[in-house]
Amino acid sequence: MARTIETVAEELRTPSPAAILRKRVFGHYGLVFGLCALAVFVALAVFAPLLTPHDPYAQDLLARMKPPFWMAGADPNHLLGTDHLGRDYLARLLYGARISLAIGLFAALISGLIGTAMGVAAGYFGGRVDLVVTFLINVRLAMPVVLVALAVVAILGGSLQVVVCVLGLLLWDRFAVVMRSSVLQVRDLEYVNAARAIGCSTRRIILREIMPNVVNNLIVVATLEMAHAILLEAALSFLGLGVQPPTPSWGLMISEGKQMMLFEPWLIAIPGVALFVLVLAINLLGDGLRDVTAPENRG
Amino acid sequence: MLMFTLKRLGLAILVTFTVSLLSFSLLFMAGDPASAIAGENATATDIEAIRALYGFDRPFLVQYADWLFAALSGDFGQSYYFKMPVSTLIAERLSTTMLLGVCGISFALLTAIPLGVAAAMRPNSLIDRTALFLSVMGQAMPSFWFGLVLIVVFSIQLGWLPPSGSSTWRHFIMPTIVLGYYAMPAIMRLTRAGMLEVLNADYIRTARAKGASETRVMFKHALRNAVVPVVSLAAVQMGFMLGGSIVVESIFALHGAGYLAWESIGRNDLPTVQALILIFSLFYIVFTFLSDLVNAWLDPRIRVG
Repeated sequence: MARTIETVAEELRTPSPAAILRKRVFGHYGLVFGLCALAVFVALAVFAPLLTPHDPYAQDLLARMKPPFWMAGADPNHLLGTDHLGRDYLARLLYGARISLAIGLFAALISGLIGTAMGVAAGYFGGRVDLVVTFLINVRLAMPVVLVALAVVAILGGSLQVVVCVLGLLLWDRFAVVMRSSVLQVRDLEYVNAARAIGCSTRRIILREIMPNVVNNLIVVATLEMAHAILLEAALSFLGLGVQPPTPSWGLMISEGKQMMLFEPWLIAIPGVALFVLVLAINLLGDGLRDVTAPENRG
Repeated sequence: MLMFTLKRLGLAILVTFTVSLLSFSLLFMAGDPASAIAGENATATDIEAIRALYGFDRPFLVQYADWLFAALSGDFGQSYYFKMPVSTLIAERLSTTMLLGVCGISFALLTAIPLGVAAAMRPNSLIDRTALFLSVMGQAMPSFWFGLVLIVVFSIQLGWLPPSGSSTWRHFIMPTIVLGYYAMPAIMRLTRAGMLEVLNADYIRTARAKGASETRVMFKHALRNAVVPVVSLAAVQMGFMLGGSIVVESIFALHGAGYLAWESIGRNDLPTVQALILIFSLFYIVFTFLSDLVNAWLDPRIRVG
């Protein structure tokens, strides 16, 4: 085929950065799956009252332990059956998504604020600040998370707010580690030095020059820590020292179902699968974002 | 090397003290320990007597120093619930947890390293993709739920393994798997990445050029170098694992230190909880210290930098 001016121009025309990003995002199956699944969970949580007519707290002792729809003797009124107190399992599952998502979001927010502040300060200022932050990270890593969280929640009493705060105060380590090393990588680049040379304030350099260039790492850590917080909340509630009954937490549902898992394994299968898929979706989203925004950091 | 060791040792000791201070302050977060010990029907004089008996009326730092010096000589005080020395109590339970930790990390290493090597030998092959898939799945699976699923399948449906207890080796199989699988994804990824890096090195090309068999190149030349960071990661993971054994032990009613921690938290037995937090932290600190030393010994760049 003859090469005309037009075809050469076509070859030379490079895709725009937005087009490259779009291609990367939609070509990454894990990212697409994670995003869609997370969107579904968020929708289920937000629209829970519209999706089920049942109250997750309403007990009906005449309709206890109804099996879910795929088993014999299922009640079309209760698609996923009912638990040992006759509460609708689907309603509890949907409202439980609210608990998990809220805990994940707010715990990641609190720990993100703490960890980012520490990490950025350590990376940017170096010296003594860095020493102190590194020391604090070491202390935090040495403390067994589950044990400390259990003990503190047991002392303060298990409410949603307490669990969120305790997890938020315990999970900042990865934020600090990642932010510290990201800031170290960019703090001596030319544009930062240029900003310094023209006399920008430290605040402006950090917020306008450094943060935009490390924020992709921050988002990746935030998603992974959100998944971590959701898993930890479930574990704490499962051990009886997290969110307290009758709150519809998935960990609590598994713990209550455990008594009857001999005869009714679906009682632990349903919330367990929901938890697994939610955490998987968030992890895939985080991994995908890392691959897309910084392909060179692929592990 | 001596400077490096001393620095690390100093850091480890400082971290230990900070953790001990934090775990000791738990007691004071809990409100008045004296009235907790005395029970609900105690009179004000009873509580006052207990406060004086346990020394709760003294300043915080004095009590901390007292506790710390006793702890340094292995005395963690009396358990509120068992009415016996905490150190005896923990010593009885610790061997189970250590055994579980060793089994767990061995299981993780024995499965993750071969998988990582196989994945690195053929990048993007079916094996590589399967291994990656398994590690992504493993990271999302809640360990307590995985434990329950194993109990339902292997104890209830198939009847092969006992669901709970710690009397025979068969009781340790499922807890080992649950504890070990948690560390597997990280170890596998690191093995794979390390192998891929090493396989591009000049000495591998030399080994191939002089006609060494592929197996020999893989195991004698590549794996030996790729496994170094894996071993140090395993040490750190081991520290994490012992702390995480609380979940596994409570699912399988394995009477180790983790189970004791869970029981003690439920019973408000704070001296036991404090001591356990400190001991689990200490494990982590010792393991990371050792792995830092091994790393620095093997790689001079670390100890200079």
